[in-house]
Amino acid sequence: MRSRTPAPASFWEHFPHDADIGIVGAGPTRAEAFRQAALALTAVVTDPANVAHLHAVPVMCQAPTDELLLVEWLNALIYEMAVRAMLFGDFAIEIAGGELRATAYGEAVDIARHEPAVEIKGATLTALRVAHGPDGWRAQCVVDV
Amino acid sequence: MELSSLVRKSDYEWWIPQTGAMRVPGVIYGSAALVRAMDEKVREQVVNVAMLPGIQRASYAMPDAHWGYGFAIGGVAAFDPDDGGIVSAGGVGFDISCGVRTLRTGLVAESVEPVKRELAHELSRRVPAGVGSHGRIHLEEAGLEAMLEGGARWAVQCGYGIEADLGRVEEHGCMAGAVASAVSFKARHRQQDEMGTLGSGNHYLEVQRVAEVYDGDVAQAFGVAVNDVVVSIHCGSRGLGHQIGTEFLKEMAMAARGFGITLPDRELACAPVESELGRRYLGAMRAGINCALANRQIITHLVRHAFTTVLPQATLTLLYDVSHNTCKLESHICNGAAKPVFVHRKGATRALGPGHPDLPDGVRAIGQPVLIGGTMGTASYILVGTADSERLSFSSSCHGAGRAMSRHQALRTWKGRQVIDELAGRGIIVKSPSSRGVAEEAPGAYKDVDAVVEAADAAGLSRRVAKLVPLVCVKG
Repeated sequence: MRSRTPAPASFWEHFPHDADIGIVGAGPTRAEAFRQAALALTAVVTDPANVAHLHAVPVMCQAPTDELLLVEWLNALIYEMAVRAMLFGDFAIEIAGGELRATAYGEAVDIARHEPAVEIKGATLTALRVAHGPDGWRAQCVVDV
Repeated sequence: MELSSLVRKSDYEWWIPQTGAMRVPGVIYGSAALVRAMDEKVREQVVNVAMLPGIQRASYAMPDAHWGYGFAIGGVAAFDPDDGGIVSAGGVGFDISCGVRTLRTGLVAESVEPVKRELAHELSRRVPAGVGSHGRIHLEEAGLEAMLEGGARWAVQCGYGIEADLGRVEEHGCMAGAVASAVSFKARHRQQDEMGTLGSGNHYLEVQRVAEVYDGDVAQAFGVAVNDVVVSIHCGSRGLGHQIGTEFLKEMAMAARGFGITLPDRELACAPVESELGRRYLGAMRAGINCALANRQIITHLVRHAFTTVLPQATLTLLYDVSHNTCKLESHICNGAAKPVFVHRKGATRALGPGHPDLPDGVRAIGQPVLIGGTMGTASYILVGTADSERLSFSSSCHGAGRAMSRHQALRTWKGRQVIDELAGRGIIVKSPSSRGVAEEAPGAYKDVDAVVEAADAAGLSRRVAKLVPLVCVKG
């Protein structure tokens, strides 16, 4: 599964893992790559395009490295999805140093409309990579479902 | 996996010789076909685990092993705290104490078939399943504390079940050494409304028919016969366990260097058992075990109510409850002498042999019931622990079929409606809120559970007793 947004270097995609799912976000900035990774996270559960942006949820996290920051960011979203029974369809993110501040936009889970496939248990350190290359930033890991 | 990279000890036992930084050899159980079909990553993960401090005897993989996080799913390893042994959050996994509970109903298939659809509806109505589902129980702080330290015993005290249930649950329904205060606010918050919920993914609730009995004496002792109807529940510690796993995985990954532990893979995040972090994780993880035991106990209560509505003549009694994602302190023979070790089973079922003192009276002389889950359209199995399994695998066996195909590939291969219709044609009613979820969990996405169980039996890890086939499946 893969989806491109108008900016050519911004996209998310999934990659296979035996029991679970790998997620990838890419973009011209670290923040955009993290935003795309979050869209890939939602896409594990449902199509992010079908999630209305009705409520804004603030999210903040920090970590000593980019890679651990990605895991923290995804786990913060997984936590908010679980306790609020919500899905998120878009994200506004700022990263300064090792601190990420974001707003996640979404709505309550609607079983009939979203047909959520599976709960996400947590983001793992497997295939975890955040790197900057000639094509921009790429942020990825496997999530346990 | 290339068989040429392994040393064949028997048709079902393959060794990875101890080399380099490995402290012990690796041992993979399975037929040549099963082992050949395993990803090379399984071999790599078995080798990596063999490098961890304090590991005893060998790093094992069960016949259903597949690529996991740090440890292979289907991985078993034991660590001696007096030899610098570690405890690993990755070695237990995110779904702490995920397991299977099987209930006898006292009914035969002929009584259930005519009301199968009504029963499926009643079960799916009463047992919350799927993404965003909450239970009818809301736990405040005091209730959460009591649940985390009391497990299934707490649930029975709250009216969810009967005292007799506890005798057929590992640890008699309550894991000792749980420390509620080691469980974070976030983990508690995530669980407040999730008690008595099934979850999603490969978790399920099935009404099953005993299709075949392999060992009549043991089956009789377990109270099952051909054509009997049983109910199996597969789920774990829900959001609480996931959050504990998430938090300790990160904390252990960051702390490992400080303990002087070189991790061959970050996912092998661990801490010495005899460290503050190791002890704190054990306290939290044991509280997670209690959460899973309480959750399966509450679901049992809900299942009993559903049966009372549709089939009031049913009497649901507990055959057994096993967990397959745990770390437990057990006594095992290492270098010729029994000693306490911390046995990690990640996607592996404890399989205590006959006479083991931890088994309850009703099954002690026979061996532990080993409950193996299938998929919506394939068989599940009841096996029994063997006298040999202690020597072979620290008394462990397989836990299920194990995935053969990624979720992606499954989604490309099947549509949910197609799977539901096909199973309906075979007399299996599937109730699920998610068509996509059903497609991702299609039976064809899993390994052949029959071959996995046959290998566990042939390797001596546990012995087949009965085969169960689904009549009704409630999925998340």
